[in-house]
Amino acid sequence: MLIISINIMKLTINGELKEVAKATLTVTELLKLENVTMPDMVTVQLNDEFMRPHQYPGITVSDGDTINFLYFMGGGQ
Amino acid sequence: MRNFTDSELERYSRHIILEDVGIEGQQKICDARVLVIGAGGLGSPVALYLAAAGVGTIGIADGDEVDLSNLQRQVIHTTADVGIPKVDSAKNKMLAINPSLTVNTYHQMLFANNILDIIKPYDFIIDGTDNFATKFLVNDACVLAGKPFSHGGILRFAGQTMTVKPRESACYACVFGQPPPAGLVPTCSSAGILGAVAGILGAIQAAETLKYIIGSGQPLYDQLLSFDAKTMNFRKVQLKRNPKCRVCGTDGVKVLHDYEQAVCEVKNAKNP
Repeated sequence: MLIISINIMKLTINGELKEVAKATLTVTELLKLENVTMPDMVTVQLNDEFMRPHQYPGITVSDGDTINFLYFMGGGQ
Repeated sequence: MRNFTDSELERYSRHIILEDVGIEGQQKICDARVLVIGAGGLGSPVALYLAAAGVGTIGIADGDEVDLSNLQRQVIHTTADVGIPKVDSAKNKMLAINPSLTVNTYHQMLFANNILDIIKPYDFIIDGTDNFATKFLVNDACVLAGKPFSHGGILRFAGQTMTVKPRESACYACVFGQPPPAGLVPTCSSAGILGAVAGILGAIQAAETLKYIIGSGQPLYDQLLSFDAKTMNFRKVQLKRNPKCRVCGTDGVKVLHDYEQAVCEVKNAKNP
């Protein structure tokens, strides 16, 4: 009997439900997957908590997590 | 309590008939003191709306002079103003709309060594600055002085804003931590901004100010409102205070310091 195990994570990213076919994923990998080209220009909120860029490689997201990418916007003039 | 003249009752009639404003709310507006930092894309609509609303004392701080490239979005300035200090141009327009106001001008850039004295006399502060060094400084100073303020940021077609009640709601540093590395920041003139986006965000900041003054509605405390004018999607992200925040946390800011500015920002700074 062949058992195929497919891991799919359901994540809410910037308010939208997305399915990611991965078993584990760090925040750094997620940023890459979501085409965030300048990770230094976003702050990442994982389930209400804010993370700093140096933490991104060490934190993994899991099924059911809510993630927001909040962009730095420095303009005003 | 101030007694309104017939002409004031007429001028503010569309406020006064609002249940949430009324005579009392309009009196609060006329007695309020608000500082607008930056007389540019955000500061222009904020200053115009606050003046029209009758905010009795408005401070405006900006070290720059009006440039032709400002006029695509900085709607308080006109072609005839090119070359004069933005604060003087802004003051003229505010008084033209509403001659009864007191407008205080600060023709200088804000740094750790002058910002506390400048914000001190005001009830509410508007961040309409154009660089992260000053945005974080405004946050730090307002937390230290206990002044509520409205953060605003714009970029290309997008904008974001949050209202901060120091040590009660999340501050700018609770969310964004530190300024991003100077050098890779697209805040400079090269990034571009759709003029009307500044108007949308500035009008939101003015509305937040007036809500705070009259004590009505739910200000954007613990919420970051962001929008993208390309899709016209508006989104609110719920925030919470970081108890370990380096600015408003338990071991928070005690002394102000200046942040490093991106090279292009320093180059553009005419009055360092």
